[in-house]
Amino acid sequence: MMDKTIDLDIRRQDTPYSPPYWQAFSIPYREGHNIVSALMAIREQPITRDGHRVDPVAWEFNCMEEVCGACSMIINGHPRQACSTLIDTLEQPIRLEPLSKFPIVRDLMVDRSRIFSDLKKVRAWIEIDGAWDIHEGAPRISPEAWKENYLYSRCMSCGCCMEACPQYGPEKAFIGPDSLAAVRLMNNHPTGSYHKQQRLHAIMADGGISDCGNAQNCVRVCPKEIPLTTAIGELGRQSTLQLLRDLFGKTQ
Amino acid sequence: MKRPRKVIVIGGGLGGLWAALRVAEAGFQVDIFSLFEVKRSHSVCAQGGINACFDTKGERDSVWQHIVDTLKGGAYLANQPPVKSMCEEAPGLIRTFERMGVTFSRTAEGLMDLRLFGGVKNRRTVFAGASTGQQLLYGVDQEVRRQEALGRVQKYEWWEFLSLVKDGQGVCKGIVVMNLRTMDIKSFPADAVILASGGMGQVFGHRSTNSTNSTGTAACRVYQQGAWFANSEFFQFHPTAMLGDDKTRLMSEAARGEGGRIWVPKDPGDRRKANQIPEHERLYFLEEWYPSYGNTVPRDVASRAIWKIVHEMGLGVGGEDKVYLDLTHLNPGFIEQRLHAILDIYRKFHGADPVHEPMEIYPSAHYAMGGLWVDFENDETDSGMKPGSPRNHATNIPGLYACGECDYGYHGANRLGANSLLSASFSGRVAGEAVSNYLKGLQDDLQAVPEQRFNDEISRQKTINKQLTESQGMENPYTLHHELGELMSSQVGVVRNNTTLQEALSSLQDLGQRSQAVNLRETNTWSNQALVFTRQLQDMIRLGQVITASALARDECRGAHYKPAFDLTAPKDAYPGDPAYEAYRDAWKQQNKKWLKTTITEQSDSGPLISFQPVDLSVLPPEEPRDYR
Repeated sequence: MMDKTIDLDIRRQDTPYSPPYWQAFSIPYREGHNIVSALMAIREQPITRDGHRVDPVAWEFNCMEEVCGACSMIINGHPRQACSTLIDTLEQPIRLEPLSKFPIVRDLMVDRSRIFSDLKKVRAWIEIDGAWDIHEGAPRISPEAWKENYLYSRCMSCGCCMEACPQYGPEKAFIGPDSLAAVRLMNNHPTGSYHKQQRLHAIMADGGISDCGNAQNCVRVCPKEIPLTTAIGELGRQSTLQLLRDLFGKTQ
Repeated sequence: MKRPRKVIVIGGGLGGLWAALRVAEAGFQVDIFSLFEVKRSHSVCAQGGINACFDTKGERDSVWQHIVDTLKGGAYLANQPPVKSMCEEAPGLIRTFERMGVTFSRTAEGLMDLRLFGGVKNRRTVFAGASTGQQLLYGVDQEVRRQEALGRVQKYEWWEFLSLVKDGQGVCKGIVVMNLRTMDIKSFPADAVILASGGMGQVFGHRSTNSTNSTGTAACRVYQQGAWFANSEFFQFHPTAMLGDDKTRLMSEAARGEGGRIWVPKDPGDRRKANQIPEHERLYFLEEWYPSYGNTVPRDVASRAIWKIVHEMGLGVGGEDKVYLDLTHLNPGFIEQRLHAILDIYRKFHGADPVHEPMEIYPSAHYAMGGLWVDFENDETDSGMKPGSPRNHATNIPGLYACGECDYGYHGANRLGANSLLSASFSGRVAGEAVSNYLKGLQDDLQAVPEQRFNDEISRQKTINKQLTESQGMENPYTLHHELGELMSSQVGVVRNNTTLQEALSSLQDLGQRSQAVNLRETNTWSNQALVFTRQLQDMIRLGQVITASALARDECRGAHYKPAFDLTAPKDAYPGDPAYEAYRDAWKQQNKKWLKTTITEQSDSGPLISFQPVDLSVLPPEEPRDYR
């Protein structure tokens, strides 16, 4: 009898400028394997199922506990973190593909730098006078407000929500659900709210909140279960009010 | 026109980002180099919290007690003025984080809540659920992004540090780096360089809680260029890590702080499920051996206790290398809110729910107390570290600074839980301020450094890459890394002895040679991860030698460094004042006379060269041995 194996079909691409191709791999079964540990086994012995020695598969990973956001890829059609995807929960052969909404670097590695430039665009920070002690903290925050804010603060910029969003893509201006959620988080901080208007204007511009098509895919794929659509709903109301203020010249 | 002064920061975790922020705020230009997007740095893995005395729990906590706990917890090996300053400035640092928008958990009154951590008796740990490191890093990341938008900071993500470039006087004037996508090798000049490259847990292979990029490589590269390591033998093994073939995942000390209990069945042959074993058939060994601290003894004590239970008493669960960490007696709603992040990790990777059954855990390589040697300037007025001194966090290479886990500054022989986020942030801030003042006093112009020095270093690095890519040896770098991990954790681990350490040194030498005879099996010249990894592997082996040689040199037990042959334990049932205890105290003082000193390791052709330096004990003279009974 053949020993039990784990079978993977992996979409590969040697450089950003070369065509993609598929390769099939089989590794010996081991209990508890996740996608990253399976890819580690492949890189140690990069031999295809039909016995050809090939270049090891390149991919991105770091923390291995689903908190750094590095190892996002499409696994059997779903964008998710490779480290926390256990082999035993998957149908085989397992299909691995790079995220499709970002430029490919090599194999399963993509360039997600746009995520971070969009965070810059929406001014996702709190304006502080400087990183020194002013002998005072921020104003108090109720446990209820904390509970909601904390959900948003766990966004690790993994890119899964953008992958699932039909409005997000290389040819499109939409900044994506994560940047909107970051605005929601910053606007709800007691002093972050002082600059709410600037952030709302940023998301009322091209590529902002009005580009959301309300498909609700983002919230379904978020590995951290962040209520992205709730944030977008809240921001929708806030920007409508802001629009009225802008029209009638009322200040905050 | 004079060129504006420029600083390079290597690493974008808590330490690096804090340093970058303070340099940018001082008006200098900063380039940050990182192996990946800085938001993915290992700081995000810190879970439980960050220590600062706020005394909001009616326990009469004090900054002084924080200083004492840190110094004693570290078995007095840390230089005391920097520790004093760190503890004093901790509350101000936390307030700054709060202003940055960090989502600290709250009390009913809306204040930052505090939890209990190991090695202390008062609640002193501020936290954000069980993802505190992630939240702190994001707070600073946001501020650095703001500086980026203002044009003061530029990030170079996906670049790996290869080496320093020095001028004719040996002053650091830039770096050589490799682009991890194109594999291009380039040089970048700078007036000062801050190394904030994090920990080196990967030296212990997959038997570590560290991220796969925590290889210590950057620190090892400056070591080979003359920077000293200090106290490298002190490596913390976290007592409660989840078992795993690819990685041992951290289960925060907060689990014990919130009431988690560690136990084993009294009968190792007991095959019943944990929750079917009645109370009287369980051994809560930490509570039994250390009644006053119980489950919240410091990490080195807890790790050794687990080692003893498993290896000396043969009481590991089911005869295997594991014990229970039990939360099932606690209120499920309460622990879900306080520990959600780690419960989630356990559920996802182990497939069992810690709310209903105890977790299975075992000690794992977690944190390097040792690291690059850094200086500090004493403040005569308050016996702390002098604020803003350009000597603070300077390495022995002029113009090169180090902060965060890659330095050796604050933890002595053992780090207390929730002091690492504090030291990473504090040291980053101090290093940034020190460098700003170093630049203000700098006379010479960067343009005076001959171009040739940069070009020579670039070609040296290209030659190394070429040799490795063309090497037709038999060795597989990934297989060698497994061997390194097994070797380090079994022979240079929780319990050490000189014969084994000698053997480990020669095995490491052998591994080092084999790592030269590799076959990368990789022809692609784009994003060649095998080449990058092999270079890191060679440096990890060198670090293994530094750790082992330092461990061999120190014949005593102190903090995380434990050699049973030289053990000195307090007599059973004797306490201060008893003659037996006082005799023990005298013996302990004798031992301090001989061994209370900093280990310095220097690179030489014949291997790591060991020497010692005195410790600054000006704040708390070592009169009281650690005693957690």
